[in-house]
Amino acid sequence: MNWLSQNTDLVFDLTLTHLRLSIPPILLSLVLAIAIGYLAHRQRFARGPVLTLTGLLYAVPSLPLFIMIPVVFGTPLRSGSTMIIALTIYGVALLVRSAADAFGSVDRSVHETANAVGFSPWARFWRVELPLAGPVLLAGLRVVAVSTVSLVTVGAVIGIQSLGTLFTDGFQRGIQAEIFTGVILTILVGYLLDTACVWTGRLLMPWTRPRPRTNSRAPLHVPADVAGGAR
Amino acid sequence: MIEFRDVSKRYPDGTVAVESFSFVVPSHETVVFVGSSGSGKTTLLRMVNRMVDPTSGTVLIDDQDVQQVDKVQLRRSIGYVLQGVGLLPHRTILDNVATVPMLRGVSRAHARKDALGLLDRVGLDRALATRYPSQLSGGQQQRVGVARALAADPNILLMDEPFGAVDPIVRAELQVELRRLQSELGKTTVFVTHDVDEAFKIGDRVVILSAGGRIEQADTPERIVAHPANDFVADFIGARSARRTLRVQDVDGREVVVDGDGRPVGMLAT
Repeated sequence: MNWLSQNTDLVFDLTLTHLRLSIPPILLSLVLAIAIGYLAHRQRFARGPVLTLTGLLYAVPSLPLFIMIPVVFGTPLRSGSTMIIALTIYGVALLVRSAADAFGSVDRSVHETANAVGFSPWARFWRVELPLAGPVLLAGLRVVAVSTVSLVTVGAVIGIQSLGTLFTDGFQRGIQAEIFTGVILTILVGYLLDTACVWTGRLLMPWTRPRPRTNSRAPLHVPADVAGGAR
Repeated sequence: MIEFRDVSKRYPDGTVAVESFSFVVPSHETVVFVGSSGSGKTTLLRMVNRMVDPTSGTVLIDDQDVQQVDKVQLRRSIGYVLQGVGLLPHRTILDNVATVPMLRGVSRAHARKDALGLLDRVGLDRALATRYPSQLSGGQQQRVGVARALAADPNILLMDEPFGAVDPIVRAELQVELRRLQSELGKTTVFVTHDVDEAFKIGDRVVILSAGGRIEQADTPERIVAHPANDFVADFIGARSARRTLRVQDVDGREVVVDGDGRPVGMLAT
């Protein structure tokens, strides 16, 4: 623990850097996966090939990917951009199938209702399909969030700073406390982002919060905070 | 006024849902299409708001061909109560009712204020406004469905077996409420059901359909009961059944109406 107390500034900086490298790919892969997943959901014939191909992206080994990205996108090799692009690709690979399933989970009758009362296709997507796909999307996003946080550490091997730097440095210099600090903080950052996903979900999808029912199936003793939950 | 002019609907696999159907639904009247499954009644209803486009023939609303009107705009101008309930599960009751006005560009605050008034109109407690559909009983949900259909103050109301999913007692209650609303609002209404008793309770005019949207009889409920056009209609409405063959029996000086089995139904009003 002596090591940690002497290096708090470094650890703090690396944690922030880690967050800066984790959050953009999580958000980017969400947006891309929604777009690709929705297309796969709508175009039945494209569904199989699209989901298989994007899923296979996850099988691309990370080190060759880090080399490929600068070639294709023109980003510097040891840069945050390269890292963000790589992690977005992995995120999309993980999330596209969830996204397609999420849109598939929306009840056909709700879709029909939306059409019948006069939602345009655009309004129907934003105000009906996307919100109702939310819970399944969120489940997928949570996996992407923690997986991304973990994958950021791999960048340390090619010299992209993150909490992973604490492992590479700790191994080279034989400082066990440094390695442990890196591992534990990575897990904590993962937990933090996972929790953020859950709370954002509750905020954006109030209908999924547990609530008492109005009919006879309501429990006899409703905790006050739940009973007062209906705004 | 809704006019069906020689409409047919054939599906690519060769099934004929409706064949050469012509009928006029007069303004401010409630017309019920009644028939068993395969009679094309729902298909006909859905032609009015273009959920189904006919393969031939035209549907006109106030002499305008619905094919000339943008689908989305058309649907926003017509109240629709669906089979089952069809509320949006992620919107509160109030926002479900306010859906169509908001789609038409009415501000959220204004639409919600109007929606509260509509809850009163359909007999729902305002306390339910902030609940979600899954927290309501089937009957309550159905009332919300009616309130939503009325929210944009449409001239036309389409109702597709709206009370099919609720129990008989609530169903009877909703039928009475609908009659009341109709007498207050006078919307041009097309109501679809397979239940002939419901048809007689709700319709100013009842259209009895057989396979492929063939009109067996279209008349007022009382005239259909009095003069079934043919054997199909007589069977369909159960003209010869015990519950439709009533007679009066004198019970200690009171005139009691009994059915064909001699079971009491009520008394003659004096």
